Amino acid sequence: MKPREPESAQGRWTSDDMMTVAAARALHDEAVCFVGIGLPSKAANLARRTHAPNLVLVYESGTLGSKPPVLPLSIGDGVLAETADAVVSVPEIFNYWLQPGRIDVGFLGAAQIDRFANLNTTVVGSYAAPTTRLPGAGGAPEIAASCRQVIVVVRHGTRSFVEQVDFVTSFGNGSGPGDRQRLGLRGHGPTMVITDLGVLAPDPESGELALVGIHPGVDVADVREATGWGLVVADELTVTDPPSGHELQVLHALEAATIDATADPAESADPR
Amino acid sequence: MADLVTLPAGVAALVESGDTVALEGFTHLIPMAAGRELIRQGLRDLTLVRMTPDLVYDQLIGAGCAAKLVFSWGGNPGVGSLHRFRDAVEHGWPRSLELEEHSHAGMANRYVAGASGLPFAVLRGYAGTDLPHHTGTIRPVTCPFTGEELAAVPALRPDVGIIHAQRADRDGNVQLWGITGIQKEVVLASRRSLVTVEEIVDELDPLPGAVVLPTWAVTAVAEVPGGARPSYAQGYYERDNAAYRAWDATSRDRGAFVRWLNDELGVAHTVAEDRA
Repeated sequence: MKPREPESAQGRWTSDDMMTVAAARALHDEAVCFVGIGLPSKAANLARRTHAPNLVLVYESGTLGSKPPVLPLSIGDGVLAETADAVVSVPEIFNYWLQPGRIDVGFLGAAQIDRFANLNTTVVGSYAAPTTRLPGAGGAPEIAASCRQVIVVVRHGTRSFVEQVDFVTSFGNGSGPGDRQRLGLRGHGPTMVITDLGVLAPDPESGELALVGIHPGVDVADVREATGWGLVVADELTVTDPPSGHELQVLHALEAATIDATADPAESADPR
Repeated sequence: MADLVTLPAGVAALVESGDTVALEGFTHLIPMAAGRELIRQGLRDLTLVRMTPDLVYDQLIGAGCAAKLVFSWGGNPGVGSLHRFRDAVEHGWPRSLELEEHSHAGMANRYVAGASGLPFAVLRGYAGTDLPHHTGTIRPVTCPFTGEELAAVPALRPDVGIIHAQRADRDGNVQLWGITGIQKEVVLASRRSLVTVEEIVDELDPLPGAVVLPTWAVTAVAEVPGGARPSYAQGYYERDNAAYRAWDATSRDRGAFVRWLNDELGVAHTVAEDRA
């Protein structure tokens, strides 16, 4: 069930390519997007080069409207500042731009996600004696709270898709409907979780993530097996359009340009 | 007026074991050389404050200089884990490390409160997360005007704030540009400050978007070309990504780290000798 490379009319693509393309398509043109590094950054930069040329990329280092010609290696690369409409301080990016709700989409990754789309990037195991110490919160808790909506990009697997996260770093739908409102969170919260197998979205009634789409070549049974809880499957399941030739060409060119720019053949890893 | 000093003299004059020390620089202009000088001078029991511990604190933690870490994101940016940080938290090597963990928004506001001479800052933050259950410096506060419940975090007032900047003039006025992160706030929040710079020049040419810290707001300035390597200094050099990747291998293994400490810094790891 691991990386498949289906042959399509457009050529070969991996499940990671499909995930990145699906995530890019979720961003509409002219949206203002707060971008985390790694998978979200790659997808956001792909979107800006394909269907969303006016997508505004905001990075937590304080760059508004960055237009990087290559994928940044970190959220504070010089190329993000050099190509930005404005560069502001770190207090300003959080206090003036994120906190009042000026950002449309928060684009986040996670080490663990649960059935209510709460995210963990802090510890696996107990906080006092963790089996794995993860990097921690960064900007994510307030991105998850204050952006108008949150899109999560994460690879599917039973280690990441767990019944309950070991630590709530970023609040999704808590334990069900109404929890966000009770806490006074103003953003709508998670609207979509895009994986290498398909797309999940919170059920409007229960707030619980349900499978609403699968990528080409994936069976529902594959997704169920890779999810650590009894996954609800929507009645009407969509099948994602495979990556187009254009999307693949732009994605691979972006990756190649990034490799050339850094003279380092290894692709940048997940930030964990 | 800031004193113009050498890096070793500046660290010796401003930093003592047991101090609360903040080395800032958000991905850009990380004061790496100053961090290594703290290790060389054998400082111990430091409370290290920094939003993104990065390689600079991984080295200090692995060398046994830190008793406590106040932070918000502890990874090797674009590469993976900070292995010395993880080893300290997961296994207590070379010593246990107390954590005070926040989000970026919380840390940024704590520095703003410190720079502003206020006891605490208010933000819309942490709601619904597990952080307030483990971090005593996150408390609820009620707005006296609207009744709304918000998060309060106490001011950061480090004993010493250390940053790296592009340049200073001979009077000790400091200029930095590009991503300026939280550097102004940490200098103004700290009781004493040390700024390392790429170069000392006769005159600071004005630059759009540059931050200037007047000499009377800074304690000491040291010229340290390349002082942010392997991070970057806009206008001077790029991030050395290969070095960030190489650190992954060096830091992953206690023995390799102890050799690095010995070979690169000339420092013997006192704890490592009996516990490695």
